[in-house]
Amino acid sequence: MSANASMLSILARRITYTIPILLGVAIVCFALVHIAPGDPLVSVLPPDASADLQKMLLAVYGFDRPYIEQFGRWLWRAVNGDLGTSIATGRPVAAEVFKAVGNTLRLAVLATAIGFFFGALFGFVAGYYRDSFVDKLASALSVFGVSVPHYWLGMVLVIIFAAELGWLPPTGAGPGGSTDWAWDWAHLRHMILPAVTMSVIPMGIVARTVRALVAEILAQEFVVGLRAKGLTDRGIFRHVVKNAAPTALAVMGLQLGYLLGGSILIETVFSWPGTGFLLNAAIFQRDLPLLQGTILVLALFFVLLNLIVDILQTALDPRIERG
Amino acid sequence: MASLAEGSSLTAARTPTAGYWTGVWRRLRRDPVAIGAGLVLLLILLTAVLAPYIAPKDPYAGMTLRRLRPFGTPGYPLGSDELGRDMLSRLIFGARLSLFMGVTPVIIAFFLGSGIGIFAGYVGGRVNTLIMRTIDVFYAFPSVLLAVALSGALGAGFGNALLSLTVVFIPPIARVAEAVTTQVRSRDFVEAARASGARALTIVRVHILGNVLGPIFVYATSLISVSMILASGLSFLGLGVRPPEPEWGLMLNTLRTAIYVQPWVAALPGVMIFITSLSFNLFSDGLRSAMDVKQ
Repeated sequence: MSANASMLSILARRITYTIPILLGVAIVCFALVHIAPGDPLVSVLPPDASADLQKMLLAVYGFDRPYIEQFGRWLWRAVNGDLGTSIATGRPVAAEVFKAVGNTLRLAVLATAIGFFFGALFGFVAGYYRDSFVDKLASALSVFGVSVPHYWLGMVLVIIFAAELGWLPPTGAGPGGSTDWAWDWAHLRHMILPAVTMSVIPMGIVARTVRALVAEILAQEFVVGLRAKGLTDRGIFRHVVKNAAPTALAVMGLQLGYLLGGSILIETVFSWPGTGFLLNAAIFQRDLPLLQGTILVLALFFVLLNLIVDILQTALDPRIERG
Repeated sequence: MASLAEGSSLTAARTPTAGYWTGVWRRLRRDPVAIGAGLVLLLILLTAVLAPYIAPKDPYAGMTLRRLRPFGTPGYPLGSDELGRDMLSRLIFGARLSLFMGVTPVIIAFFLGSGIGIFAGYVGGRVNTLIMRTIDVFYAFPSVLLAVALSGALGAGFGNALLSLTVVFIPPIARVAEAVTTQVRSRDFVEAARASGARALTIVRVHILGNVLGPIFVYATSLISVSMILASGLSFLGLGVRPPEPEWGLMLNTLRTAIYVQPWVAALPGVMIFITSLSFNLFSDGLRSAMDVKQ
């Protein structure tokens, strides 16, 4: 089989594998509303609503139908971009979620970039000079990254850089509490603290992964062979990067997904107007359609990102062509 | 958090023999980092158990006139919180709920996840595919998101937070358990037992469990650190423990408003979460090398 054909069949297999996962995700999101205590209308109905009114509204919203039928209707609407109406604001959930996703995405991408750059740098040097000072520092950094409660780290950074030094704004996404984005310093400086806080998690994980990769590649026979053939350090460096890149990029992609979905704690600390903020509002106002819609969109992002990472990794892996 | 996605390529621990645990202990003892982390954890556990005897003050009793005092105030060595309660006493009592909420979900998930994973791995075939694909669905949610989604839908509260966290940790443990069981199942001694007519339950009990529980246990201990951060995180969001209970995540939340008045007093509960989570991580790393589980 030619390299192209095998690539295509891998692609097809990965995509087919994703479909049942997407269906499962839809079921979980659908079920969220139904595991909630009380009936799904509890937040729209006044507490003294009569039994008749309650029955009537249940019928209007279709909550009296069998689950399977409700699920089918809900899924069909969701596929067509209709995630229902927010109970608290009366606006379409889809519009609210997409605006918030933009803000979260910007933060997560910046955080991943910072984390990946420094993580890869530390990891690379650590793997190259095993047991050196940098190696120990990189190990400490990665343990710190996965052990620190990042919401607390965010608070500490706010204390140092906003409360004590007054260099950066403590909360919000723009001057005067604006939630719209612009590419200027006034907006950018609001991003620094949350993005740095967020970057600590991928930094540690990327550093650990790259360190292990580089050490493993350097120990392989072909590197020894290249050295014996008189290849310079620079030439070897090129080979190491080429071999470490697919895995390192895959880890980066996955981390971006984790940050997108896990930003709620950091967004709460910094009052960042993203999906985490939306989730917070949805939970405490018992706005179940908003909760359901936000989680569905975030999970979809995560699944798609996984798929893209998977495909890219296969495409980048130098061994695929030979196989 | 990404550690949930790792650990798929665990290999079985060395077959336990009479001297196995002695060897583990000998290797662990020579690892100063793991021993240090273990001692810190022991200290925190003792603090939690003995809280009523060592806390200098009542953690619920506050005095409005003595709000937000700095470190070293007479009678308040670590200052006081936004309601004038003694920080030291609240941090000591906080160890109880925080530790309980961090560790319990992993323990329950260890039993349920191991059960599911060992069953799927041993039975194999279509049943395995069905179970593992269902588990894959939960991997479509980043762990923080799943925990927040479940406890958000179920409603804030201690029990619901525990339940949500348990659900979050079952899939990763089941995945590791399945992977290890599948490996062990194809080993010669299992084949031999099957060929000599041993029943499935006997094989699982005698040949599988002893070989898979070690690696699963090591993996589960590595999740406690994540669980501590997530559990306190849920309380920090207002989804876990309710006020006025002393719990580190919740204390961090209610003290957020005080960062301009007593910033370092406000940051204290986070230090406790960090130390605990760090110690669990380091101890788990040490245990992994001592038990010779390769990842």
